[in-house]
Amino acid sequence: MTKTDKKILIYGYGNPGRYDDGLGIKLAEEIEAWTEKTGIGNVYCETNYQLNIEDAEIISNYDIVIFADASEEDIDNISLSMLSPSDSKIEFSMHAVSPAFVLDLCKKIYNKKPETYLIHIKGYEWQFSEGLSKKAQNNLNQAIEQARSIILNPGKLAGILNKTA
Amino acid sequence: MPKKITIEPVTRVEGHGKVTIHMDDDNQVVQSRLHIVEFRGFERFIQGRPYWEAPVLVQRLCGICPVSHHLAAAKAMDMIVGAGTGDGLSPTGEKMRRLMHYGQIFQSHALHFFHLASPDLLFGINADPNIRNIIGVALEHKDLAVQGVMMRKFGQEIIQATAGKKIHGTGAIPGGINKSLSKEERDSFLKGEDPLNIDKMIEWSLGALEFFKGYHKANRELIDDFASFPSSHLSLVRKDGAMDLYHGVLRAVDSEGKKILHDIDYQDYASYIGEEVKNWTYMKFPFLKEIGKQDGWYRVGPLARMNTVDFIPTPLAQKEHELFRAYTNGKPNGMSMHMHWARLIEILHSAEMMKELLNDDDIMGNDLVVKGNKTLEGVGLLEAPRGTLFHHYRINRNDQIEMANLIVSTTNNNIPMNLAVESVAKKYLNGHAVISEGMLNAVEVAIRAYDPCLSCATHALGKMPLEISLVDKDSNIIDKKYSG
Repeated sequence: MTKTDKKILIYGYGNPGRYDDGLGIKLAEEIEAWTEKTGIGNVYCETNYQLNIEDAEIISNYDIVIFADASEEDIDNISLSMLSPSDSKIEFSMHAVSPAFVLDLCKKIYNKKPETYLIHIKGYEWQFSEGLSKKAQNNLNQAIEQARSIILNPGKLAGILNKTA
Repeated sequence: MPKKITIEPVTRVEGHGKVTIHMDDDNQVVQSRLHIVEFRGFERFIQGRPYWEAPVLVQRLCGICPVSHHLAAAKAMDMIVGAGTGDGLSPTGEKMRRLMHYGQIFQSHALHFFHLASPDLLFGINADPNIRNIIGVALEHKDLAVQGVMMRKFGQEIIQATAGKKIHGTGAIPGGINKSLSKEERDSFLKGEDPLNIDKMIEWSLGALEFFKGYHKANRELIDDFASFPSSHLSLVRKDGAMDLYHGVLRAVDSEGKKILHDIDYQDYASYIGEEVKNWTYMKFPFLKEIGKQDGWYRVGPLARMNTVDFIPTPLAQKEHELFRAYTNGKPNGMSMHMHWARLIEILHSAEMMKELLNDDDIMGNDLVVKGNKTLEGVGLLEAPRGTLFHHYRINRNDQIEMANLIVSTTNNNIPMNLAVESVAKKYLNGHAVISEGMLNAVEVAIRAYDPCLSCATHALGKMPLEISLVDKDSNIIDKKYSG
C-alpha cells in the first residue's frame, strides 16, 4: 500500500439526475474506487449537488484539492486549470458558489490555501435522467487519467499550468 | 444617456430571472416586472414513473433545496400508500422527517442571513460591490462569516444523518423512513466538539437575532420602509394555531389579520387555490379562488408565517415572536426587510426543535414504516425555507404517476416580489438619468429579501442568474446588469 505525502481531496459536484451534469460526481466515485483498489492512501473523495460556503471549512483540511464539474462551455473534452483565490466572483444568489470562491473564503477565514485544481469535463446532454452520454463517458475517462496523474505526482503540475495560486 | 452595464453570463441554465424597468422621458419608472423564464418539463418527465420513486426523483429538480422536495413528495406518497398525512406515521418516522426538515430550514436560513443578507446590512446597499459581499464580511467581521459556515455545516450534517446521503437522499419513503438515528449520531449533535453541537447553534442563533435587532434600531428607515406594502399571507399552521413547518392545515390572513382561508385540509388545496398564467412570464400566479385573480395573491415564507401563526411552540423563539408581533401592534407585518428578522426567529426555532427531537428517544426507534389502504391521489405540503411548497400526484392502477403538479415557494411569491421590485425601483430610480450600481443593487436587495430560488422555480441546473434591464419609452435598452 502506498500513501501520498500530501492529503488530497477529490471533490465532484453536479446533479447526477440531470445526465451529463453528473460527470463531476462520477469522477469522484471512480477515483475513490481506484484508490481503494490500488491501496493509495491519503486520498479522500467528496460529492455534492453544488459547492457552498461550508466547503471552505472542508478544503481547509487538505493540501491539494481537485474539484471536478461538468461543463457545456466551449472547451476541449476536458480542461484543467489551477485556481487562485483572486479568481473568485460574487454571484447574485449565493445558493451555489464557484470553486475559486470556496478557495478565497477558505483563505480569508482559515488562512489556508490548498493547491487547488478544477477539472472541467465537457458534457452534452442535460435531461432528467441518470447516466452519461457516450461522448461524455469518453471525456470522463480522460479526466480520470488527469486526476490520477495529479494524485501520483502531487505538486508537479503546478509549475506547468499558466496560473499560479 | 446612462452608461450601459453588461455582465455576460457564464452558466448552463434553462431558466433565469429578468427584471425589466421601463422609464419615461422624465426618468420616471412607469412599469417594472420580474420575469421568470421557466421550464416546466419536470411534471411531464415524472409521468409514467412508479410512485415510490417520486421522493428520490424530485431531487433532480435542482440541487438547492432537494430536501424540501424529497419530503413534500414523500408526504404525498404517504397518502397514496394509505399512511395518512403527517401524524399517520410512526413516531420514529415522523420525528426523523421533522429532524431532516428542521436541519434543512436551519442551514438554508443561515446561508441566507450570514452570507447573502449580511453584506448589504453591514456595508450598506450603496457600498462598493467589491467589498459588499461575503468575502468582505470574512475580512471585516470574521466571527460572523465563521458562524455562517459552521451553522450551515451543522444543518448539512443533520440532513446527511437523516437522509442517508448528501446526493439523492433516500431517508423518506412512502409511509415513513428507511433509517433512524444511532446513539452515536445523536450524541454527536447534542454534545459534539465545539462549535458543532446544538447548544452552540442555539447560542449563535440568539446572537444573530441580537445583531439584527441592534441594526434595526440604528437603521429603522431602511428596514421599515424598504419595499414595504400590505398583503395577505399564507402558510401551514398546526391545528391549534402554532407554527409547524412540517405539517398542518392551510391558513391565510389578510393585511388586517382577518382569516381568509380557514385552516383547511391541504388535500383539498385545489378547491381554494388557483393558478393564473400571464403572457409576459412562464411562471404561474397562484391566488385564493374565493377572493379572485386580481386581489387573491398572497405572500409565503418566513414573514408570512410570523403573520399567520398564533404562537411558536418553543420558548426562546416564542419570546422573539411576541416582540415581532408587538412591533406592528399585532397586525400583519408587510415590511419586506422584516423577512430577515422573521428568518432569524425561524433559525432559532429550528435549532430549538432540533434539540427537542434529538433528546427524544423515538428518534432511535425501529418502527419505521406504516402502510394502509392504497389510494390513487395524494397531496404533500410543507413549509420550505422560502415558503409553502405543494406537491400533488395522481397514479393509475399500475402504480405509475399519471399527473404531477408542483407549486414551489418562489412561484407563490411571484406577485409580492414584483411589487417589491416596483416599490424599490420607484424609490431609488425615479428622477435619475444615470443609474448607479447601488440603485440596481437596491432592486436586487428587494428580490433577495424573499430568497427566491429561481433555479427551483425554473427547474434550472442549480444556478440562479438575474438580469436587470432599464428600458426607455421606445423599448430601447438603456442599461443592463447581469448577475450570474
